[in-house]
Amino acid sequence: MILIPCPNCGPRNSSEFTNQGEVKTRPASDSVTKAEWRNFLYLKNNPLGWTVEQWYHSSGCRKFLIAERHTLTNEIRAIRLASQQGDAS
Amino acid sequence: MSRTKPVNYSAFGLIRHGLSHKEWPRVWRNVDLKKSYDVVIIGAGVHGLSTAYYLAKNHGIHNVAVLDRAYVGGGGSGRNTAILRSNYLTPEGVTFYDRSVALYRTLAADLNFNVMFAPRGHLTLAHNDGALRTMRWRAEVNKVQGIDSEVIGPDEIKKLVPYMDVSSDTRYPILGALYHPPGGIIRHDAVNWGYARAADAMGVEIHQQTEVLGINTSGGKVTGVTTNRGEVSAPIVINCTAGWATLIADMAGVKLPIITHPLQAAVTEPVKMFLSSVVVSGSLHVYVSQTDRGELVFGASTDPYASYSMRSSLEFTEELAGHILELMPSISKLRLLRQWSGLCDITPDFSPIMGFTEVEGFLVDVGWGTYGFKAGPASGEAMAELAATNKTPKMIAAFDLARFEDGRLASERGAAAVGH
Repeated sequence: MILIPCPNCGPRNSSEFTNQGEVKTRPASDSVTKAEWRNFLYLKNNPLGWTVEQWYHSSGCRKFLIAERHTLTNEIRAIRLASQQGDAS
Repeated sequence: MSRTKPVNYSAFGLIRHGLSHKEWPRVWRNVDLKKSYDVVIIGAGVHGLSTAYYLAKNHGIHNVAVLDRAYVGGGGSGRNTAILRSNYLTPEGVTFYDRSVALYRTLAADLNFNVMFAPRGHLTLAHNDGALRTMRWRAEVNKVQGIDSEVIGPDEIKKLVPYMDVSSDTRYPILGALYHPPGGIIRHDAVNWGYARAADAMGVEIHQQTEVLGINTSGGKVTGVTTNRGEVSAPIVINCTAGWATLIADMAGVKLPIITHPLQAAVTEPVKMFLSSVVVSGSLHVYVSQTDRGELVFGASTDPYASYSMRSSLEFTEELAGHILELMPSISKLRLLRQWSGLCDITPDFSPIMGFTEVEGFLVDVGWGTYGFKAGPASGEAMAELAATNKTPKMIAAFDLARFEDGRLASERGAAAVGH
């Protein structure tokens, strides 16, 4: 179980959230090649370590969040609303 | 090679050793790591070991090393719920898993090792019309390919599993089930040990506690691996590392469309045999079978986020208990004995990735998600043929890595995402 420190609601159980995977940059639709598009769709970094990912607080404030989580310890060291610019911290 | 057949196990030998407590033979050798091999396999699970076994047995390639960071069968091969079946959804999937079940059926005799295969029948429950429609579809695909598989109603389910609540006033009423009589369970540790023993007897070296730290390449070709016990050169390196597959592939500069998710499982205390079939419910995210020892083995769906953590959670236990009691209310007093977790390498289409990569000589047998154990023998056989002949066998042609770039996915989501 992961405890997610939601910026709006405080620390909440991860079962309240929907994990939406690693944050990736969507390629521009007018200039994208087939290979780039497939990579965007399917390839993930899947790191053993820190990863930046998006969560949706579906049973809470219903905001999209960007969190920096360690994939071995599940520790979250930074989190922000997705609507705010900048890195996860 | 000094030996080509493993020491024969027999009742007489057991009595002799049991009385004397002397000369219990080692099941496989513990030898020094050599500087070079014909084939290096990373990962001593059922996939790595069966690949090594079939390389030696079918293709005469004995100079093979199987490296593992920890111990034989310590990953998914020893953590799965040991269910076998071949009633998949795509024709490619059905052919492949049927080959695997066929190999499992004769495995105990082939390896001279009791793998305790019990084809007790496999039920996949349908709780709504959509699920029932998919069951019918699967039954038709299966029947065309000669697999024993049919849709049955609640009355017949009740006959097979008397303790199941098939009444219509439950929260998730059971409308029917896909019944697959050749499906069943097997002792997963015995499969790992049996393959390790038989491969070792044919000259394959199994190196435990040997961690691969890097994959060496030169001019787009694999030249060997760097381990914590030194460098090893080999023209062919096969990645059979399941949940850790992307970490190994990254070392060779190969990107894989895989995400690692934990999958949890649990067993109860042993009780008298009352559940002969394997019961799976996709809607309730649960599957259950009873081992020969009497424990009920439960599994569920993967944790809903990527992680390499193998810790178990109370949330899983609560959800599992709630769901299983929907199906069998009478087992509410059973106590859980233990729970554990393993790592699954999930692909976008719930089908594996087997074959060549852009690095020559670096082969992958990964993406086995939640269905890798039941595929062990067939994938080992196919990967051994691929490594020995440098050609992709027809049976696994649909599962190559290039399919993602070409957009020809082999979707098994309807038959593999939860059900086992």
